[in-house]
Amino acid sequence: MNKTVNQRAWWFVLPVVLLVAFNAVIPLMTVVNYSVQESFGSNMFFWSGVRWFEEVLRSERFHASLLRQLAFTAAILAIEVPLGLAIALAMPRRGPWVSVCLVLMALPLLIPWNVVGAMWNIMALPTIGLLSEVLHGLGFDYNYTREPAAAWFTVILMDVWHWTSLVVLLCYAGLVSIPDAYYQAAKIDGARAWAVFRYIQLPKLRYVLTIAILLRFMDSFMIYTEVVVLTGGGPGTATTFLSIDLVKTALGQFDLGPAAAMSLVYFLIILLMSWLFYTLMMRNQSR
Amino acid sequence: MSLELKRITKRVGAETYIHETSLVLEERSFNTLLGPTLAGKTTLMQLMAGLDRPTAGEIWFRGRNVTGVPVQKRNVAMVYQQFINYPNFTVYENIASPLRVARMAAQEIDRRVMHAAELLRLTPMLKRRPAELSGGQQQRTAIARALVKDADLVLLDEPLANLDYKLREELRDELPRFFADRNCIVVYATTEPGEALLFGGNTATLHAGGITQFGETAALYRRPADLVTARVFSDPPINTAQVVKRGGEIRLGGFRLPVGQAAAGLPDGAYVIGIRPHHVTPSPVTANAAPIEGTVVIAELSGSESAVHFDIDGQTWVSQSPGIHPFEVGSVARLYVDMDHTMFFDLDHRRVEGAD
Amino acid sequence: MAQIQLRELRHSYVDQPAADSDWALKRLTIDWADGGAYALLGPSGCGKTTLLNVISGLLRPTGGQILFDGRDVTDASPEQRNIAQVFQFPVIYDTMTVYDNLAFPLRNRGVDAREVDRRVREVAEMLELDDMLRHRAAGLTADGKQKISLGRGLARSDVNVIMFDEPLTVIDPHLKWVLRSKLKELHQRIRVTMIYVTHDQTEALTFADQVVVMNDGEIVQTGTPVELFERPNHTFVGHFIGSPGMNVLPCEIADGRAAFGGLSVESVNAGAWRGDGGRLELGVRPEFVSFAPAGADDGIPVRVVKALDAGRHRIVETEHAGHKIKMLVPEGEAIPSDTAHVRFAPERTWVYRDGWLVTGEGAAR
Repeated sequence: MNKTVNQRAWWFVLPVVLLVAFNAVIPLMTVVNYSVQESFGSNMFFWSGVRWFEEVLRSERFHASLLRQLAFTAAILAIEVPLGLAIALAMPRRGPWVSVCLVLMALPLLIPWNVVGAMWNIMALPTIGLLSEVLHGLGFDYNYTREPAAAWFTVILMDVWHWTSLVVLLCYAGLVSIPDAYYQAAKIDGARAWAVFRYIQLPKLRYVLTIAILLRFMDSFMIYTEVVVLTGGGPGTATTFLSIDLVKTALGQFDLGPAAAMSLVYFLIILLMSWLFYTLMMRNQSR
Repeated sequence: MSLELKRITKRVGAETYIHETSLVLEERSFNTLLGPTLAGKTTLMQLMAGLDRPTAGEIWFRGRNVTGVPVQKRNVAMVYQQFINYPNFTVYENIASPLRVARMAAQEIDRRVMHAAELLRLTPMLKRRPAELSGGQQQRTAIARALVKDADLVLLDEPLANLDYKLREELRDELPRFFADRNCIVVYATTEPGEALLFGGNTATLHAGGITQFGETAALYRRPADLVTARVFSDPPINTAQVVKRGGEIRLGGFRLPVGQAAAGLPDGAYVIGIRPHHVTPSPVTANAAPIEGTVVIAELSGSESAVHFDIDGQTWVSQSPGIHPFEVGSVARLYVDMDHTMFFDLDHRRVEGAD
Repeated sequence: MAQIQLRELRHSYVDQPAADSDWALKRLTIDWADGGAYALLGPSGCGKTTLLNVISGLLRPTGGQILFDGRDVTDASPEQRNIAQVFQFPVIYDTMTVYDNLAFPLRNRGVDAREVDRRVREVAEMLELDDMLRHRAAGLTADGKQKISLGRGLARSDVNVIMFDEPLTVIDPHLKWVLRSKLKELHQRIRVTMIYVTHDQTEALTFADQVVVMNDGEIVQTGTPVELFERPNHTFVGHFIGSPGMNVLPCEIADGRAAFGGLSVESVNAGAWRGDGGRLELGVRPEFVSFAPAGADDGIPVRVVKALDAGRHRIVETEHAGHKIKMLVPEGEAIPSDTAHVRFAPERTWVYRDGWLVTGEGAAR
């Protein structure tokens, strides 16, 4: 249904347009500007065309951090989505415990990200940390500041703790909206719990899962604060993911050109992969 | 003083929702839009109200061109199939809401709201919220809100469809009374021919985005212009058959039936006949009732009426008659066709008449 | 197939039911014979859906017993009771084909593949779905999906009873007629006990051999459509069944005869009244009220208020002594324009006391 056109609506959009222009569009254009120039000091700029882009794309360091990032995101999705779904399935859909569960699930999402990093930092400390104690007690030689494997383990554990709740809440909302009659019909048909999951719940959750996966993908690809606070990107470069690498290049070495080029490449990668994901999932929907 | 639709069309993308249609609705008339689901009733009503623009054509109201005038500027009220009320307002506030928006004086608002509430028998419920009301009461609240506005055009989109059978009957009985003293045009959309008949007034039959016929309801019912209109305006579905007329008879499934007065003057040839189920009866009702026989497929006794489905000429016909007439499934039933009420349609499906 | 018996069944959705209104079902005892077609008819909130869910096992009743073929199944799950249910809106497994949908309940019970195939094809042919078996179920229209829901129940050869919860709600009106007749045909063919819940009397009366009329959690009357029509036990049944419903007029009884508006009216049971007070009413259906021929002056003098055309008959509203009397006049018959006399068919005119039919033993409970 077409609504009749009301020109006055454009005035409401103006403040937002200005805000976005200042905070996003102009900085973005500045970055693009830097990425095609070479700078000496803050005043002298020479056009360098695609040189920085070539450098970035050929740089081994960039490849390494990209690979690390992909591995991390893959691990995150592989753990958080099924886990989140399982928890959502286990949560009660009716009764007094519903609100309790929802609040518990929401708590991790409310904590500022650097606090999350700091929390897990303390928990993982080799001498006084709770996590460290438990793992030592189980017989593991755990030291996240020295062993890359331990650092990865800790970072992944932290992210799972922090963000699985989001998947849980999204899946829960989807589950709750399935009418009772479907469950009743399944009962009457003699379907077991697995069949109910496979033939009723999963199909009806398709849309919600798409959103959950997309959100987690984009966010995990851009992860910065928690990891920096927890490991600083270490030990060495073991947990230096894309955004951490980017910041090191830009701020650490004050090389604006390569940094700008790298951020654009980064931006385009996320854009491409998100688009791919989205199209794939949407195509499954409409079939 | 009227609502005129001049050659309006509505296309969305590649689909045509309303084919070129013209319609004139008179002041103070009750008009029913009758048609199956997706025939275009809701789209047409939205165009009339100004909720939507036609792709082509014009809409004139009381001599003014109102095409494209948004609904806020028109004086229109609408009642929907789902009982739409403000959930956190009391019934009183719900009914008063359009008047508050129009900034009427509080005294005038009170007078109008109490009058509408009394008309709709809602006076004891004025302090309740919609969630505390039954379906019928919620719909009455929605109707009261539409009435209190004193709109020029009142549109009702299948308002009784979500109500229980008996509630529907009650509200349907009362509905004409609500609009009796008003100076507005009422348009009522429904899928049930029975409702159109009971309201009287005028009816427009819709089919696949076009109005097949518009006119006085009883006339449309008894003298439909074509087979599509006859079909839309039949519940249970009309019985049809392809026949050949020779002289004063037609042949149907091996039976020869004398044609009635109204068709005697038609030229010989192939026709499609249409006859409503209540004109096929177990015993002859009129002098011109011709006998046919068919094998009974289903027999239904519903207390006041009997219906029997039987096979004839390769298709299933339905007979409906008052009283109890038991039939055995599988047996051969003898039924009488009222030839005076049999309609003849030519091969373009337009109804034809030819008195001798 | 099973004979179903309900004993003292009652149910409340409230934890501590105190008032009468807390009970959704109030003490029901009824027997349903094997293989019959039954309808539970009543207005919204009368408890028919609650009763349906109690019988199917989706709801455990607060009190009472349910017996299938003499076996107590009150604690049994729906699967154990071998029932099938068709819901208000089509419930199908979207990802499966029509064939797999129909086969699902059989496969869950471990039926072997050849038997599954045979049953599925048999059911598909009955429901005219046989050319859609390979299609994805999600692509069908609403009535096709309802047929699949129904087919899942029919596929199981051991099903005791098939329950329908207002199944034609989302079906197009012109298809309702077709589907309704199909259900009747199916029942005549396979003779499984079918219980059909609805608020639409046309659906109930055309489908069922026996109709159970419910109101406010209680069974008001059980009988064939004809019985309910010709001899309503309660004015509620008279009002609820029939379109328009029965005329209910206040009356008095003197010397064994009923009198309405000062005129003596012949009825079936006025003589059975024991003179024990109560609100007396006269009930006669519009189908059994007719105009006396012009010139005759026996019957009740009325003023003709309005006449509505309903196609196959006209609904005429008349008035006497401030009371409305509705009647049905067949197509083609003349309707007097101003005043006339009407007659009530004596063998169809009943006297009610406090809503209940007056019988020899007092109220007909």
